[in-house]
Formats: sequence, C-alpha cells, structure tokens
Amino acid sequence: MNDSRKLVIGAVFLLVGAIYLAKLFAIQVVNGNYKSAAESNIIKKIEEYPYRGLIYDRNGNLIVYNKPVYDLMVVPKEALKTDTAQFCKVFKITREEYSELLQKAKSYSYVKPSAFLKQLSAEDFAAVQDQLVDFPGFFITPRTVRSYPYPIMANALGYIAEIDKKGLERDTTKYYKRGDYVGRSGVESKYEPYLRGRRGVRLKTVNVRGIVKGDYKDGEYDTLSIPGKNLVSTVDLKLQQYGEHLLKGKSGTIVAIEPATGEILSIVSGPNYDPNILTGREFGKNFASLSTDSLKPLFNRPVMAVYPPGSMFKLVQALIGLQEGVIEPHSRFQCNRALIPCHGPHSNEDLKGAIKVSCNPYFYNTFRRIINQDVSSNTFTDSKIGLELWNQYLDRFGLGHPLAIDIPGEKGGNAPSPNYYDRVYGPGRWKFSTIYSLAIGQGELGVTPMQMANLASIIANRGHYYTPHMIKKIGDGGKLPEYEERKETGVAPEHFDVVVAAMQDVVDNGTGQYRAKLKDILVCGKTSTVQNPHGEDHSGFIAFAPRDNPQIAVAVYVENAGQGARAAAAIASLMIEKYLKGEIQRKNIEEYVLKGKFY
Amino acid sequence: MKRYNNLNIRVDWFLVTLYVVLVIFGWLNIYASVYDESLGLSIFNMDLNSGKQLMWIGITFAVILMIFLLDLNFFTSFGYIFFIITLLMLVGVLFMPEVNGAKAWFQIGPVKIQPAEFAKFTTALTLAKYINDYNVKFTTLKQYVIPFSILLVPMGIIMLQPDAGTFLVFCSFVIPFYREGMNPTIIVLGLLGIAIFVLTLLVDQLYLIIGVVVLGLLLLGVGGRSVKKALPIIGGMLLTIGIIFSVDIVLNNVLMPHQQKRIQVLINPNIDPLGDGWNVTQSKIAIGSGGLFGKGFLEGTQTKYDFVPEQSTDFIFCTIGEEHGWLGSLVMVALFMALLLRILYVAERQKYRFSRIYGYSVAGILFFHFMINIGMAIGLFPVIGIPLPFFSYGGSSLLSFTILLFIFIKLDAQRTQVSTRG
Repeated sequence: MNDSRKLVIGAVFLLVGAIYLAKLFAIQVVNGNYKSAAESNIIKKIEEYPYRGLIYDRNGNLIVYNKPVYDLMVVPKEALKTDTAQFCKVFKITREEYSELLQKAKSYSYVKPSAFLKQLSAEDFAAVQDQLVDFPGFFITPRTVRSYPYPIMANALGYIAEIDKKGLERDTTKYYKRGDYVGRSGVESKYEPYLRGRRGVRLKTVNVRGIVKGDYKDGEYDTLSIPGKNLVSTVDLKLQQYGEHLLKGKSGTIVAIEPATGEILSIVSGPNYDPNILTGREFGKNFASLSTDSLKPLFNRPVMAVYPPGSMFKLVQALIGLQEGVIEPHSRFQCNRALIPCHGPHSNEDLKGAIKVSCNPYFYNTFRRIINQDVSSNTFTDSKIGLELWNQYLDRFGLGHPLAIDIPGEKGGNAPSPNYYDRVYGPGRWKFSTIYSLAIGQGELGVTPMQMANLASIIANRGHYYTPHMIKKIGDGGKLPEYEERKETGVAPEHFDVVVAAMQDVVDNGTGQYRAKLKDILVCGKTSTVQNPHGEDHSGFIAFAPRDNPQIAVAVYVENAGQGARAAAAIASLMIEKYLKGEIQRKNIEEYVLKGKFY
Repeated sequence: MKRYNNLNIRVDWFLVTLYVVLVIFGWLNIYASVYDESLGLSIFNMDLNSGKQLMWIGITFAVILMIFLLDLNFFTSFGYIFFIITLLMLVGVLFMPEVNGAKAWFQIGPVKIQPAEFAKFTTALTLAKYINDYNVKFTTLKQYVIPFSILLVPMGIIMLQPDAGTFLVFCSFVIPFYREGMNPTIIVLGLLGIAIFVLTLLVDQLYLIIGVVVLGLLLLGVGGRSVKKALPIIGGMLLTIGIIFSVDIVLNNVLMPHQQKRIQVLINPNIDPLGDGWNVTQSKIAIGSGGLFGKGFLEGTQTKYDFVPEQSTDFIFCTIGEEHGWLGSLVMVALFMALLLRILYVAERQKYRFSRIYGYSVAGILFFHFMINIGMAIGLFPVIGIPLPFFSYGGSSLLSFTILLFIFIKLDAQRTQVSTRG
C-alpha cells in the first residue's frame, strides 16, 4: 500500500510542476500581450514641443513671437498622498477647485499626466518652483504661448487654442493629440502645418515611480523636434497700425494690396481686439466675452462681411461693356431718371463723365446692352444668355466666389447667375427688367471688402491680378505657389485707360475731390454709397495710386457712415498717403476721420 | 564525486549539489532583482540584498557544519523539547510589536527572528518522533487525535499572529501522514471542501444549492434505496449546502479584508489592476514578457524598475521568468522537482521510520512553498506572502530551509547508525 502512496505523492509533485510549466508556457510564449504591457510599463514618452514659427511684417519687424509659460501637470495615481491643504495654499486655489481639477485629470487618465493648472506665467512659476518637490505626482512642463508686441491684426493673424474634438476627427494624419495647441483661425490656422514644426519624441525607460532610468534602446526610436517655420507677412506694420488707428471706434474694413503682387499691405477689421488677450490662462474668459460682444469683434470683416458693392461696381460694368463692344468711351446716354433714380446735376454724359458723376441711368443702359445683345429673339432667353456671359466676367474678376486668400473662413459674396434667378423666379420668368438693380451694384450682388480691394488692384494692373495673400515667405522658401499665378479678367488693357482716367477725375474733380486728393500723387478712386436696409448707408471707397505704376490699391468700407465720399474716401486717401509718403500732411483730414462724425 | 566514508557518514551529494545550485541561482537572481545600472553596485555590495544574502549564505554554511558536528541524538531525542521551546516562542512573539500588520518577529538589534520559520522543522521532528515512537499507523481515532493535535497547536498560534502563509504550509504535514497510513478520504474531503468553497465564489449561491440538491436527489434515486445508504447521501448534501452558506461567513468574518480581496483578484485580476490586482498583474507581466528565452541576466526591466513589488523576496520568481524566460523557468522547476523527488527517494531508503517521516515532512514543506509561491506569481494562487525556498532574499527563511534540509541529509548520512536503533 505504502509503495503506491509514495508514487502518488511523487505524481502529485510532478503534476503540479507540469501544470505550472504549462501555465508558464501560456503566459510567456503563447500570449504576446504581456510583452507589450511590459514595454508600456517602462516606456515614458517625453514629447518635445518645437517652437512655433515666428511671424514678421514685410519690413522684418517681429509681430508674433512665443512667450514661455508653465503647465502644472498631474499624474492622479501619484498625487494621492498630496497634502491638499498645503497645495491649495501654495497655488491659491480652493479645496473645491482642487478636487474638481483632480477629477478632470482622473477622467482623462489615472496614470498618464494631464494638465492640472495651465499656463502659469514665469512669475507664478518662480513663486511655487521650490515647493513643488513637496507634491508628488505634480510636475511642470514648459510650453509657449503666442505673444504680440503690437496689439494689431488680431482677426487676420488668428489665434491658437487647444484642438477641439472636430479638429481631432478631421486630422487624418493623426498628428494631434488632445490638449495640443493649434491655429484655430486666420494665418495661424492656414499656415498651421508650417508654423507648428514637428514634435520630437524621446523614449525613456522609467521605474514604477516614473523616475527616468535611461534611454529606451539607446534612443533608437527617438526623433528630434523640428522647429516651425518663420513666416514673413506681406503686411506693412506701420500702415497696419495706422489703419487700425483710423478705424478706431468704427465698424468697417480697410484692405490695402500691392497690385503688382497681390500682397496684402494692410487688413483692418473694426472693431478689433488685442490679440494678447487670447493667449494664456484668460483665454476662455476673454473669448467668451468677445464672442458675445454685439459689435462682433471676432467677425473678420475684410473677408467675411458681404455688402452690396454700390457705385464702385459701375467700374466693372464699364469694363465689361467696353470689352463686349456694346459701349465705347464716347458713348453717351441720357440721364433718364424715369428708368432709375439718379443724383446731381448732369444730363448726357460720356463714359468718363458718367463714372465721375456716378450716373445711374448710364450704367442701367450699359448693363442692358450687355444683357440683351439680341442673340435670341426671345427676350427671356436673350437675358439668360447675356447674364451668363456677364457672370463669367464677374467670375474672372474674382467675384461670386471666395478669392482663396490665405485666411480661412473667407466668404464668396454673390454674383447672380442665370441658375440663381431660375431658382428665385423660375426658368424663363425673368429678364433684364427683373434684374436691372445689378447695373449699379445693388440688388442681389454681394461682395467682400477683400474682393473690392482686389477690384482696385485689377484696375491698377489694367486687367489682371494675383490672388491677395498675407504671407510672402515661408521659412527660407517663397510664398505658396497659388499666389504667384497671374489671373486674367479677359478685359483688354486698352479698355482700362478711360476707366482709370475717370477714376482720376473722381478724385481730382468729382465726388472724391475734397478728401481723396493728394499733392504730387495721382490717386484714382471711386466712391460707393451702399444702400443699407437696416440703417444708415455704408460708406465705401476703392482707390489706387499712383495712377501709373501703382503701388497700392485700397478698399474701405465704413458701416453706417453715409456717403462714400466722406469717411471711406478720407480713410483710403490717408492710407495711400501714409504708405507712399510715410507721413500725413493733411492733418485736417486725419482729424476728421478720428473724430468719427461723418454727417 | 566521491562519497567520503568517515565515521560512517555517507552524505547524499546529489541533494547537496542540488541545494548548492539552487542557492547560487537564487543569489544571482536576488542581485538581478535589485540591480540598478545607474548605481553600478557589485553583487557583493552590502547595501544590496545580494550582498546581505551572501553573508547569510556564509552563516548557513557554518550552521550546516554545526549540524554535522552535533550528535544525531540531538535531533532524534530532543524533538519534544524543541517543540515546547518553539511553542513558547510562538506565544511570546504575540506580545511583540506589530511589523507589517503581523506579530511574527522578534527584533534583536538589526536581526529579525521569525519563530514560525523554526516551528516548521521542530514540528517535523516532533511528529516524526511521536509517530515513530508510538508506532502510529492511523488506525484508531487516538492515532489521529494526537498527531493532529501536535500539528494544530502551532497552527492555531500562528493564525493569531496572523501568518496565513505559514499556516497553509503546515497543512503540508498531511503528506507524511498520508505516507504513514492516514486515510486519504480526509484529504479528498478537504480538497472537496476547498473546491466547493472556490466554486461558491465563482457561481451564484442559489444555482450551486439547486445543483447540489438535484445531484443529491439523483444519487438518492440511484443508490438510496435503503435508509442506511440514503443517510450519508443526505448528510453529504446537507454538509455541502452548509459549506456553501458558510463561505460568506468565512469570507467576511474569518478572512481579513485584504485576504478576501486577494481571493477575488485571483478569480478576476482585472477588477482592480492598479490596487489589489497590481501585484498579480505586474507579476504576470514581468514573467510573461520574458518569452521563451528571457531578456538576459540583469536585463529584466519590470523587476529592476520595481513594477513587481517584493521582487527579491516573495516575487523572486518574476526575475527568473523575466530574465531567463520559459526555458529558465523550466530549469528552475526541474531543479525543484529533482530536489523533491530525490528527497522522497532518500526518505524511502531509510530503515529508521523517524527519518522517513521527517524526510516526507521536508518534501511536503518545500513542495507547499514551491506550489504557493510560484502559484501566486503566475496567478494560480491568491497572493500569500511566503518565500520561495533558497531563492527568496531573507536570512530567516534561508537558514530555516537549510536546517530543515540538512537535518534530513544528516539523518540520511548516518542512516547505518540510526537503523540499529529502529
């Protein structure tokens, strides 16, 4: 009996040994999960955030830079033993805030670090630096926020903020992570891929307390961070500052472009805000107050506001009419105010005169000739063919669609097409008499100030343009290729002579003569008094100068400021004076603008 | 390897070799488990557990020599005295201050002595002496009562410390009892009880009771024709249901909260991987990441970087698994199996029954330590803090396992002398 018992005992020993070896085989050889679990135990990814690219103005002045701030990070698992009372005292927060913040961190991850207090300033950091060792689980990660030496161009530059959920979903490259800062509007958003650089990752081995023990696999998988590219903007800092100064206290827009290149010299949106308030810890609070402001300071008027062009659109009608051969410079029309109301004492102008006095019936007739060229005997069909033709011109003038400048969120305005009226009235149920308001830049027409500045640029260039843009240099390279592409309007250069001459006349002798005229510089311009169903008319003006070899093209809209000859013309001419002469000699005009009473 | 034959001493060099290999392998592993590249301390550095362990290894060699120098009668005759001293120490230690939640250590200067460690071999000597002297064959009730009493008294005191690990190890004495004639039904019933206990943790009580009743009724239908046959079936049924109901009571009243958690974690380690499941989860990660060949000596990251707690004592097996892989584990398990089977073989060749009983006790104690320690490291046993013989860092345990084993080697070496007395 006992012989078998010794065998039983031996067999039990061997059985347990065999079971253990089988189980060991299962977890060591068969199951691969433990290997990756072990790696993730010991690998700590240390991410190096590169410096975001700086932005300079066209003359090399720094306008956007980075300021160091400090994020207080927490690993909830390690922070359990923190002396809460002491912590709250040092960081000047309440118990409730502490537990709320810790809860937030826990909901992200119990073992991974997340930001506890964001963007402490260098001064705040210095105050707590020494006490930090007393709080296990808390550590400081330096990062940077944007800073602006001049409080200008907030909307065009845009702001950076933590990437939102949608942004993460859109990011097909999977580059971004929760908590990353990205450009959320303006140039910061458009040039995000260049500005951000490339994150570097260093893999370190850590022990259970997260203390770094060395490089993982001797740094084989480490990548260096690549700093973001600096940008050189097309904007002229002095002109921009001056434009913002002029528009202070007003709602409106100034856009100035260098016609030969399409480079935006100045882009002012009023009212605006100091871009410095959308950096740092106060971002949330300030953003909320900006977005609820009834004057909409976050609304980037130069590219988002859509107004009817008003009288300045007569320039486009003239150019299309000339190109189509339906009028000639010496064509005259009776100022028949039965067709459409007009203003001022004139009766039978030629083209130059009609532009100078802004004769509405003249362009009513011009537009009718463009639309009804007797291609079809059916007046409805004829109108449709004519409008299609006209619409194609508008398209080439950069109207009716976004210009695709380098600021996101740009609006396209409206250049009505036959389809558009077919939808509104039904096919074959509209003709010239339905749409004649377009003749004088009213009706369904909608344009952005940017498109009008571009129009001034087109006329200055006698028929072509480069898409306006904000950035002329990316790092050591040039601008984006799409901004070096010359775009033709299809109107021959010779047709511009009369229009340019008329615009010069507007400034020298016409509606703009008092406020837009400059000594020694031939300014060409056109006023617009934009009818506004919601209140006072908007004051609009486009101009370029000098007449020959133009250096600057400007579009100005001032909301609810009445006639174009007043606020807008004055501002536009001041911008031209500032840019071409460097200083303002006409102090009375400047004063007039700054006083802001245009009636 | 020549057996040297002096004073009728025939040392079993095979056992000694296994012992030496295990101790050296263990010592290297202790170094690996605390190794820190950045400090670059050598294996002999006294600030490291490996250095201290080397000192203890030196002390054990002295103790081994002492064992061989002492007269054989010292072990065979004075068993009861040792046992009484042990019991007094076990009671005495209850009045010592708590260390890690248990009153298990005498602290004399820098040295900590754990009487429960020494209770293992004194109990073994006592049981061997009693069973041998009174020729216990486990045939009458009295022959059960006294050996079990000798066993249960130290177990009871140890439970008061409390020290669940050592308590469990004392259960290993059923192995020599079984060898000496104990009715195996007791073991079967015990295992059955444990099985039902564990099953109750896994399956809803209600289903389990329904299952037992259905099974009982089926058995009654098949074999319970007469009252005589029906009674034990009904009795067994009621007993099982009693065990099922008692699980809650045992869980909540007998086991301490951390022990309850450890049993729950064993069943599902994912319930709290960062808290109570941490040990087991990290231990399995360390062992599992070793793969077939292991990461290499001193290349283990999980143990070295402290992800595994108690990595040089209770979880020392993790270092073996991580650095030497499955093949290293195989070698290690094979070494233990060789040791255990060799002890059984040597025990069987004893003519003196005392030596055989003692040998089986040694095998049983080592086997239980092996089973529980590695079992917990690989998630087959709840976490119970007991050392892996010859591997775990710690002077008390190394010393007590060495004494345990070498008394047996001495008994065997002088078997020709003692056999005359049997």
